[in-house]
Amino acid sequence: MLVESLLRLGDNGLILSHRLSEAVGKQPILEEELASANVALDLLGQARLWLTLAGEIEGEGRDADALAFFRDVRAFRNALLVEQPNGDFAFLVARQFFFDAWHHLVLRGLTRAADHRVREIATKASKEVAYHVRRSGDWVVRLGDGTDESHRRMQAAVNELWPYVDELFMDDETDVAAQAAGMGVLHAPLRAAWDSIVHETLVAATLTVPAASKWPQRGGKQGRHGEHLGYVLADLQYLQRAYPGQAW
Amino acid sequence: MVSLPPRDGSASAQTTLSSRPSVAEVWTWLGEVPDPEIPVISLVDLGIVRGVEWMGDGDNATLLVRITPTYSGCPATQVIAGDIKDALAARGVLRVTIETSLSPAWTTDWLSDIGRERLRDYGIAPPGTREEVLVPLTRRGAPVATIACPRCGSSRTRLVSEFGSTPCKAHYACMECLEPFDYFKPI
Repeated sequence: MLVESLLRLGDNGLILSHRLSEAVGKQPILEEELASANVALDLLGQARLWLTLAGEIEGEGRDADALAFFRDVRAFRNALLVEQPNGDFAFLVARQFFFDAWHHLVLRGLTRAADHRVREIATKASKEVAYHVRRSGDWVVRLGDGTDESHRRMQAAVNELWPYVDELFMDDETDVAAQAAGMGVLHAPLRAAWDSIVHETLVAATLTVPAASKWPQRGGKQGRHGEHLGYVLADLQYLQRAYPGQAW
Repeated sequence: MVSLPPRDGSASAQTTLSSRPSVAEVWTWLGEVPDPEIPVISLVDLGIVRGVEWMGDGDNATLLVRITPTYSGCPATQVIAGDIKDALAARGVLRVTIETSLSPAWTTDWLSDIGRERLRDYGIAPPGTREEVLVPLTRRGAPVATIACPRCGSSRTRLVSEFGSTPCKAHYACMECLEPFDYFKPI
């Protein structure tokens, strides 16, 4: 269960990092190319730390690369939000902001974890993620409170991704066990703080906060993914699957 | 290469017969190893080298160098470990172990004063003081920190992007001399 909890942290970073990397070369301006690549790099580095720790605790000799390249879709534990395929720039901004605001709160909680290894990674990562959430939140406002077209697109992206938010705050027995072991946090108590950050930002962006989802999407953190993740892994894992053990 | 005998008393007390360099000497050498991304400052000035100590005695003595990454995903970390080994090998120290530690987490507060000056001379605005533990999550309504242009010194500058050429820098532009520049973000 503890390994499972760490895989969730690592897989969120790994898959979102991959999605951001896919967007490099397709961003509207050069500065955002750089920003996307840098955020992706931060998330990838954090994923490596989490997956390395997961492998150590698992004790079966799997390192971060083995966990990233040799697990199948059902073994991935990322939330559905991060695997959603890239859309327009507003879509990338909304997905990033929803995740960053949550990520920041989770990491802040983990900086007080009893387990020193978890605490150390979280302390390092939370400083980086503070810059992520500031950037993505600023973009929500710039686009929402921008032109009619950017406002329309930003609102559409917020609405489209809203059903994937609830999963971030649904705890299961793995979360409870990790929290009890001093290696995880419960997510449901973070919802109020997330709502506060997100609502304040959406209002500043002249956007409408969507109503509660009637059909919240869930299952990613238990390994039940949409069809999109398989395509991500086909790309991400191709080289090691085709030529196992290849190294730089 | 034959190393000079240790100069400081504490180290020489431990190293009677061995000609291994003192910890202080190693620090001096590492202070000459440039950062691979920003070659005007050294690994020591950047605060990446966190500890140097000898493990074991005599011919089996191994030099342990503890480093900490600036950012979790910084690809320079592996290059840095290699550069340290090369620099020490050039001084005759071949048995080196590089240990990476995450805690305490690297902070721009560890940048030396000389490192900050060299950054500015190089065209990178050095980091300001850290804003509490975390940076404010939004800049709306918050007082805007003044980042002086490293080229002309003007404080009429604007943020272009929170991320510049590397994760550790933000991208600014000067409204006086019109030059773009990097700002080393406080973290």
